[in-house]
Amino acid sequence: MYRVIDAVFKALADESRRKLLDQLHKSNGQTLGELCAHLDMTRQAVTKHLLLLEDANLVVVVWRGREKLHYLNPVPIYEISERWIDKYERHRLQVLGDLKKGLEENKNNKPNKKG
Amino acid sequence: MQKPKLVYSTYIRSTPKDVWAAITKPEFTRQYWGGMTNVGDWKKGSKWEHHNPEGEVWITGKVLESTPPKRLVLSWADPDNLADKSRVTFEIEKMEDMTCLTVTHGSFKTGSTMVKKVSGGWPRVLSSLKTFLETGKGLNIFCK
Repeated sequence: MYRVIDAVFKALADESRRKLLDQLHKSNGQTLGELCAHLDMTRQAVTKHLLLLEDANLVVVVWRGREKLHYLNPVPIYEISERWIDKYERHRLQVLGDLKKGLEENKNNKPNKKG
Repeated sequence: MQKPKLVYSTYIRSTPKDVWAAITKPEFTRQYWGGMTNVGDWKKGSKWEHHNPEGEVWITGKVLESTPPKRLVLSWADPDNLADKSRVTFEIEKMEDMTCLTVTHGSFKTGSTMVKKVSGGWPRVLSSLKTFLETGKGLNIFCK
């Protein structure tokens, strides 16, 4: 599990690879040639970055005949968001929930002035 | 072959049989797909439906291919706009101790409004499906 997450963080920790993902976000399902045309990188560099992105499952390859099409796969990013963002968000919501509960309990325990 | 529009993939620590069941059995889909269910007999040519928790039909279509537990191809349309039909393919592949699930959504009609409707949803559903199968608990996919 952690190895998968490591691969995603490693893949995202590079500006060129993030640019590649942005390119695919703009137009999904591009060939290597199409990707190279939009980026200031050598074909070899793009190939190397794409392999790392594939390893992290952030890019999925679909073959159409002899054409290799690259697709942006945001699922691992959602998995990280669950693991690293929602968890802390949930904690904050829990704290707010407890605070509300505590305040409401205090209110109920208040001595009745009329009584 | 038309270029598919959307391709999503996730590696799940599970078996192809369980992944197939998670997609096709309402008692499972309900737990990770925000209470939604997939209803059908999953035989080629049969009708299938995607229901909301109240049992209303949100998506309807036909089973175009069915090879349990490996491949399921469905036509996909909003019942109020049947002309805007597209196609969803689930491919389930065993990879060592993991199962790779790939969902391809394509064959959209020109000017389809479905792409927008589903492109935010699929990653959440697949991420929640993975969590459900690995931990027994789905995520609240509508909370974001």
